[in-house]
Amino acid sequence: MADYTTVPLRRYYAFYTAGFFIFILILAFLERHGLPPRWIGYSFLFLTIFLYATIGILARTASVSEYYVAGRRVPAVFNGMATGADWMSAASFMGLAGTLYLSGYQGLAYVMGWTGGYVLVALLLAPYLRRFGQYTIPDFLAARYGGNPARLVGVFATVLASFVYVVAQIYGVGLITSRFVGLQFEIGVFVGLAGILVCSFLGGMRAVTWTQVAQYAILIVAYLVPVTILSYQVTGIPVPQLTYGHVLQKVQVLEERIFDEPAEIEGRRIFRERADGYLERIQALPGSLDEERLRLFEQINDLKSNNAQMREVVAVERERRELPKSSEAARIYWDKLMREAAQRGADPEHHLTPFPSGGEEVSNTARLNFLSLVFCLMVGTAALPHVLMRYYTTPSVREARTSVFWSLLFILALYLTAPAYAAFAKYEIYSTLIGSSIAQLPVWVSAWGKIGLVSIEDVNGDGILQLVELALNPDVILLATPEIAGLPYVISGLVAAGALAAALSTADGLLLTIASALSHDVYYKVYRPDATTQWRLVVSKTLLLVVAVFAATVASQKPATILSMVAWAFSLAGAAFFPALILGVFWKRANAAGAVTGMVIGLLVTLYYMVRVQVDAIPWLGIQGIGMDPWWGIESTSAGVWGVAAGFLTIIVVSLCGQAPSKATQDFVESVRYPELEGS
Amino acid sequence: MRLERKHRDYWRRNLKLTALLLTTWFVVSFVVSFFARELAEITIIGFPLGFYMGAQGAPLIYLVIIGWYARYMNRLDRQYGVREGEADED
Repeated sequence: MADYTTVPLRRYYAFYTAGFFIFILILAFLERHGLPPRWIGYSFLFLTIFLYATIGILARTASVSEYYVAGRRVPAVFNGMATGADWMSAASFMGLAGTLYLSGYQGLAYVMGWTGGYVLVALLLAPYLRRFGQYTIPDFLAARYGGNPARLVGVFATVLASFVYVVAQIYGVGLITSRFVGLQFEIGVFVGLAGILVCSFLGGMRAVTWTQVAQYAILIVAYLVPVTILSYQVTGIPVPQLTYGHVLQKVQVLEERIFDEPAEIEGRRIFRERADGYLERIQALPGSLDEERLRLFEQINDLKSNNAQMREVVAVERERRELPKSSEAARIYWDKLMREAAQRGADPEHHLTPFPSGGEEVSNTARLNFLSLVFCLMVGTAALPHVLMRYYTTPSVREARTSVFWSLLFILALYLTAPAYAAFAKYEIYSTLIGSSIAQLPVWVSAWGKIGLVSIEDVNGDGILQLVELALNPDVILLATPEIAGLPYVISGLVAAGALAAALSTADGLLLTIASALSHDVYYKVYRPDATTQWRLVVSKTLLLVVAVFAATVASQKPATILSMVAWAFSLAGAAFFPALILGVFWKRANAAGAVTGMVIGLLVTLYYMVRVQVDAIPWLGIQGIGMDPWWGIESTSAGVWGVAAGFLTIIVVSLCGQAPSKATQDFVESVRYPELEGS
Repeated sequence: MRLERKHRDYWRRNLKLTALLLTTWFVVSFVVSFFARELAEITIIGFPLGFYMGAQGAPLIYLVIIGWYARYMNRLDRQYGVREGEADED
């Protein structure tokens, strides 16, 4: 690892990838000869973590510059791969294909947003941050906006956005290990924690960079293999990215037939009636809660006295147990059920149709939401500290520019394939699953049904599966594709290893970012500027450990809300950093007061909008009735639209009211903009 | 830092290119998506154009934008004799 020149590195990683392929082939061979699936799962889990640990230990370091920015010697191509792995999280790997499956054209907001953000990184940020050449994003804010207030706001925003994100990654690791290896969720979380720490603890950014490159290779192979085989089976051409257009046309034909079948229309009517039923109960609170409890009680007695099957009794008893205790909780509970039922009862949308119907106005609101989500994801991408930090690690500004190109290229390999997954899965499900007998569904349906990712309810009781009766968790599309295509279990194990690599690599980058912000920015720059190099690294490693254990503890509590909060991280990071960073480079007149108030107001506006649109009551704070109608119908995930606008506006207004920045600051801006020219 | 005409020249050319590429980025991302319903009439390798742009067209154009910027700016650096990072490159 000591030699950073590109040629030997390429050779190392080529050997490594070839070795990984041989490993897969050996496992496939062993599976044929009776190796049980559980052992395949274990092999993938432990071999990959062992690989990452080896790289992590080989790349251990005691130098500050190696620890924070990998010695600024990472060649552009490898930094691009590391950024790809850093960037693509468990959500991109497992969730994106499913989101595209469920929402069709609307899901493309994620594809565009998460790739288009790199244009902003390349044109507006990466070269300037690299020329500045320090360690963290708060470093830049402090240098540009004169000192600690800007630095501390930056640290706060970094920790806020990154921590939510890292918890979600560790949660993802828990899910993967429990699904594929059969470990208990909580144990899986701590296995994941070990996997993360072996990469980052000893070697910091240097170790993280080289494991991320290794993780990229595994995750991209795992993502491409199943869908390529599926594409070959369905169309005869093993390039899913080119063939899925024709598959989508077939899906369109299937949709037109299925949507109008009488049994589907009947099923949707039943779900709408259910939604109405929940609405009535909500309106009749608090009386309806007692009524419901009594009704279920009688139903159980009825069932018992009629010698009904045990399974039915258990189901109703569970329903009664899950009934909320207070009428406030019942309102939230039934409201959720009502929304779910109403959604399933709504007319289905065609996969290919942008901003689906329901009238001109509804369609236009959908379009506005699509555009603002694209905007928030782009700006968020260009403001997430763990991504921006990667561009400090290249040897020069030129390499930083080229590196963004490689980053996007490696990221596109996954993002251009995700819509193909959705298309092929939809084609298979619509053409073979829908309309078949519920008693004779393929094995994968019941296997994933056991852990709640697939649920089937025969609402009209005809024994045939209708589209409306099938509910899928987004993650299942990717996880079940190997089984849908009838591939051996070793491919499922490969997908799990890929998902694990995606989650671990992102978690590594995020943890290091949080630890650097706390140790470098708070401890060294603010609290103890005279700390020795050695002591700084001790503090940094300790903080890394503390933050990692804390994040794993939070993740092991299975916080349901935290997963929905990940989408918020983009809006928060965008609102806090984007205006201050951009104006910092491109507008000399922006001053410290403007930047600090702008960052704080951007954050506050975003938080305010998210909270008030998303939640109506915070029981543990005793706050109620704070819900509000969204402005122009923009959903809470796109709250950053308002935050970014408020941030820009505040920085400009406050800066113009105050004094121009000092000569030293203006010189600093010039040093970031203009390189040293020959003869000057 | 003493600024010379050469510096300002360099910066102006950088800004011009950045503005041009950002405009392309904006049109591809927001204007095209705005008219996605209208573009659905046209078909390209089996996709309605609106869908294709979101799924592949726009991301590939982003890649071209970034590649173009890196190439142009790196050449500009050489043309203006930027010293930075020279030592680490071959």
